[in-house]
Amino acid sequence: MMERWNAWPSWARWMSITAVGVFILATVQLVGSDTEQLTSVTTAQAMLRWCVPILLAGLGGLFAERAGVVNIGLEGMMILGTWFGAYGAFNFGPWWGIAFGLFGGALGGLIHAIATVSFGVDHIVSGVAINILFGPGGATRYLSDQIFSTYEGGAITQSPRVDRVGSFTMPFLAGGNIGSWESPDLLGWLDDQGWFYISDIAGLTKGLMAQISLFTLLALALVPISGWVLWRTRFGLRLRIAGEDPVAGETLGVNIYRHKYAGVIISGALAGLAGAFIVIELTGIYREGQTNGRGFIGLAALIFGNYRPGGILAGSLLFAYPDGISLRDLDGSATHALLAVIAVVLTGVFIFSLVRQKRTDAAIALAFALGAAIWYGVTDEAPTWLPNIMPFVFVLLVLVFNSQRLRMPKASGMVYRKGET
Amino acid sequence: MAPTDSPPAIELRGITKRFPGVVANDDVNLTVAEGEIHAIVGENGAGKSTLMKILYGMQPPDEGEMLVKGEPVRFSSPGDAIARGIGMVHQHFMLADNLTVLENIILGDEPRRRFGRIDFRAARTQLEVLNSAYGLDVDPNDLVETLEVGERQRVEIIKVLYRGARILILDEPTAVLVPQEVEELFRNMRELKEDGATILFIDHKLEEVLAIADTITVLRQGKTVATVDPNTVSAGDLAELMVGSELPSPETASTEVSTTPALRLEGVTVLDLDERPVVEDVSLTVHEGEIVGIAGVEGNGQGELVDAIVGVAETVTGTIELGNEDIGTWPVRRRRDGGIGYVPQDRHREGLLLTAPLWENAALGHQTKAPYARGPWIDRKGARNHTETIVDDFDVRTPSIDTCALALSGGNQQKLIIGRELTASPKVLIAAHPTRGIDVGAQAAVWDDIRRARGDGLATVLISADLDELIGLSDRIVVMFRGRIVAEVDPADVTPRDLGAYMTGAAL
Amino acid sequence: MNLATLGRRVGLALAAPAMATAFAFSLAALVLIVSGSDPLVAFGEMLENGTRLETMVDTLNRATPLFLSGIAAAIGFRMNLFNIGVEGQYLMAAFFAAAAGGAVDLPPVLHVGLILVVAVTVGATYSGIAGVLKVTRGVNEVISTIMLNGIAVAGLLPFLVRALADDSGSANVPGTTEISESGRMPSLNGVVEIFTREIGKGRELSSVLLIAAAVGVLYHVFISRTRFGFDLRASGINPFAARVGGVPPQRMVLIAMLLSGAAAGLVGMFEVLSDKFKYDQSFVQGLGFGGIAVALLGRNHPIGIAIGAVLFGFLDASSGVLQVSGSASREIVVIIQGVILLAAVVAYEVVSRFREREEARMAALALQATPTTSNAGGAA
Repeated sequence: MMERWNAWPSWARWMSITAVGVFILATVQLVGSDTEQLTSVTTAQAMLRWCVPILLAGLGGLFAERAGVVNIGLEGMMILGTWFGAYGAFNFGPWWGIAFGLFGGALGGLIHAIATVSFGVDHIVSGVAINILFGPGGATRYLSDQIFSTYEGGAITQSPRVDRVGSFTMPFLAGGNIGSWESPDLLGWLDDQGWFYISDIAGLTKGLMAQISLFTLLALALVPISGWVLWRTRFGLRLRIAGEDPVAGETLGVNIYRHKYAGVIISGALAGLAGAFIVIELTGIYREGQTNGRGFIGLAALIFGNYRPGGILAGSLLFAYPDGISLRDLDGSATHALLAVIAVVLTGVFIFSLVRQKRTDAAIALAFALGAAIWYGVTDEAPTWLPNIMPFVFVLLVLVFNSQRLRMPKASGMVYRKGET
Repeated sequence: MAPTDSPPAIELRGITKRFPGVVANDDVNLTVAEGEIHAIVGENGAGKSTLMKILYGMQPPDEGEMLVKGEPVRFSSPGDAIARGIGMVHQHFMLADNLTVLENIILGDEPRRRFGRIDFRAARTQLEVLNSAYGLDVDPNDLVETLEVGERQRVEIIKVLYRGARILILDEPTAVLVPQEVEELFRNMRELKEDGATILFIDHKLEEVLAIADTITVLRQGKTVATVDPNTVSAGDLAELMVGSELPSPETASTEVSTTPALRLEGVTVLDLDERPVVEDVSLTVHEGEIVGIAGVEGNGQGELVDAIVGVAETVTGTIELGNEDIGTWPVRRRRDGGIGYVPQDRHREGLLLTAPLWENAALGHQTKAPYARGPWIDRKGARNHTETIVDDFDVRTPSIDTCALALSGGNQQKLIIGRELTASPKVLIAAHPTRGIDVGAQAAVWDDIRRARGDGLATVLISADLDELIGLSDRIVVMFRGRIVAEVDPADVTPRDLGAYMTGAAL
Repeated sequence: MNLATLGRRVGLALAAPAMATAFAFSLAALVLIVSGSDPLVAFGEMLENGTRLETMVDTLNRATPLFLSGIAAAIGFRMNLFNIGVEGQYLMAAFFAAAAGGAVDLPPVLHVGLILVVAVTVGATYSGIAGVLKVTRGVNEVISTIMLNGIAVAGLLPFLVRALADDSGSANVPGTTEISESGRMPSLNGVVEIFTREIGKGRELSSVLLIAAAVGVLYHVFISRTRFGFDLRASGINPFAARVGGVPPQRMVLIAMLLSGAAAGLVGMFEVLSDKFKYDQSFVQGLGFGGIAVALLGRNHPIGIAIGAVLFGFLDASSGVLQVSGSASREIVVIIQGVILLAAVVAYEVVSRFREREEARMAALALQATPTTSNAGGAA
């Protein structure tokens, strides 16, 4: 059974997992709770928006890891992106903000590359140093003090407000305009019908197609683009050899240093883009500490997605989902319902593990499933902090059940020195 | 012999390469004629590999001149060498496990379409042409990790041919092969030569060299000492050229082996992570004062058997007895303290703390006992004094016992390991490839040490890929094939060729 | 080892951090010039302020938690375990210790003892999760401790603080009940003032400093004098060699993680026992990462860590004056700290490569000095 499943193309695997997931969400929503947030349009929209920074950071991590450099400095590079993004967006407009964010992150990437590639500093050490240098209260605060404080509406820890880029709605499916004519809204109509499962899927899908920021579209486009670059181009192949077996690459005349540099700088640029997105699209302002560990969650999405772009997208959507529902969930009922969903999913893992005779896995899954179920049963609403920790808990659970199957690039994290075998 | 009127394929004049404190190549002169198979022989550490790396652009020479087809060249990276039609098959395969065969082959010379996109279709077509010419039977879309050793070597050769190399450098290509596979490789090499390729190949197995080479150049201590015609020299002559004197060979002085078992294995089976047996139902008894050799192609369970005895294997069933005690459930520390000495096959990976000083390395594995420890404390003075003793008695050449293990040559590192294990008065010594990759002097010293310990009643399990070493040292040799013991032979009347037949399963 | 080589080694060891610090100050000077401040004036003010007795007390008080945090990180580093989770561990520990200390009233020494025990236990428990995950499920500790940080900082702690504050109903920042007099560590001002003038401005030198010093000594003895410390270092240098040398790798990972977390538990004790006497929403954050920084700076050696902690503490304490005088932005010290760290790790790498080459050369010389039939070898 597992062999046949693994033989499926990865998009088909992710699609079917998603279909099953939505089915569980719809079922829980129907029988177990009084919320409609689990599969609503607004949930999907919020999820999509909040997933972008995680996605971009994850893709950033991908380029570094594939080139053999572990990048836990993503958080710091993302913070650089927020600051530069805000600077560019305020002074020259949102599109320039995007460009500045890219540049700021790339700068962080360059520092990481110099330390790890040229000087052979341990990757984790360099990453931690970068996070300290650019983290909250760090170099960016000095910059804010020097620059944002002098702007009207700015201060030592925040910038003035900045504008967003435009948005886009899919015609026919989600009712977008063609010229000035408003096309029909098929998914919206389906969502309004209240049909079990079909309306749920329609609601979530419409959320992914209506009033989508162009910046979001750009980010989503980067998923297939990253895959194409890494697996279909010469540059990508050479970058991957740097992460799998740099000495083999060296013997074939590949310039490993150059490709590692490229990978880490792209990594920083994407993290910077993630920061710019937070400023330009999510909050409309630079505020110190606003990345809130999303660089690390991006790293988590990278691991969850097994170092592949499609997997990273799936991971970011999953990690952003609790954010998505909590935004409109004032009474905590949707988050509460999510506990039931978790219980159901873990029960599934429990049964699956039993079938595969992995007793420890089964026991752990059962324990957590019971915990979630009991929590769901004895309370009426979930605390507001629960969505905040869910991405972290998801990652730990995924690692607990799946760490053997994950495949990181073979030479990732190792210091490479030319001419040494 | 190849015709010599065209300019030589490769000519080296006065190549010198220094590393800190070592002259690896000292005024090397070499002329390789177009279309010949030219062998370079020399003992470990003679500078063969360094020379090949210089030829392939992986390291620049400090002095000297290189000419390819009569033109002077200066390589700053392998890319430059490739551009001149030079290709290299490395001793350790340079293949990325997680990439496909095709990706590995085209890397660095990818057929390209617009936007840097790789033209996989063109690559596949090109590969098929080479495949049919050479008879490589692997799916280009397979991941390299699924291939076996022989297949990997063929992928390596294809990789070189794909780049249109006309000058092939093969660095110890036979090291990983058994005699039967070697013959196939030689057949392929002759085919390539027919097609007009020039082959430069490194080896230290003299019979092989005499069988295949058109010309032989001997390196000794970084210098080219002679270039000879294989038809006019014998293996003995070559050996003398290599070492400058008679080649030492291991020989056990025959003494009586006692009948007291020191180590007894009964029905030992080891499972790997996928729960497949990698060692199956192995029973073996080693007596006091006896050396039992284990022969086998690498990857046939010898490593895992050693792991099982030392106590680091995953899942082990069966009985393992040390003296009269069943140690099967003991953790590693108790086994080591109980008298199992261990010389691991990869000293850098399992034998040493490379960045720690020698005296700490001497304590490793024995840090619970005097003279290294007193109660829960490390006895620094005792440990240092004892290390001085080891350094003196086992002739470890080092500036001091505070020097990092990293700074020592392979031979001296190995002498330190042998010293620390033998001075801890073990009951059983597990020696895995004890002379791999060390110079002749150290090799002889290690053999002497093992032989002396045997005389003192030590039971030894010797694993080696060097069949001469096995035959010379062992009292008894067992052969492992696919995780089982398939034969037991008397070293007094077995030849390396016979052993090879057992090792490949051909004689079963 | 003779005196000359010893001197050489010490010189090499000090070269890197000294170069890094000089580089960081030069870079900061450049930044200051670009942003229109006079670096000489700014650094001068910092030096003048920093050598005042009150500021020196402040420096030591700031260095104390950094040092403890550095030790916590170093215990992991010595075993090649990256405990990035010191941050989450010390915050969790400080919260529970403060809550426990505020909830009870005990005789003086017992009260402090209880708080310390709770802190160490909670710290070790929280790091132990990462240890257990690594040992039983092979989960990389870098990732798991980052996630555990997230759980603590983003979710659990804000919630816990608010949950407790509801009960007390105080109008101040929500936090735990203040610890009574019996649960506080005394000030060392009396002792210091024997040698100096009176310490003014209400500054109190915390006696948590003594706990830190004791931990430093313990750490040193443990790491370099005991069998267990040997095992720990061996596992860190080469886990495979340590394993066949009889060191049980799983158990070492777990113990190292627990010890690291236990030390991390003490990081918040300066604030809990002698500064704020409670845990509230404004409890100091970031000491975990600061500790990683000083551990890296001090190369995991207790004296190195102490120097690093005092240096960072000095920069924090002395820069306060810049805010007042307005001659530069005080955030410049964060840049200095970050650059020192980055430059130091780079410089250490450069120095250690240099030293490796040196030693190899010396060893080769030793070889040639003795008449031998064999060649030099090891050239490959």
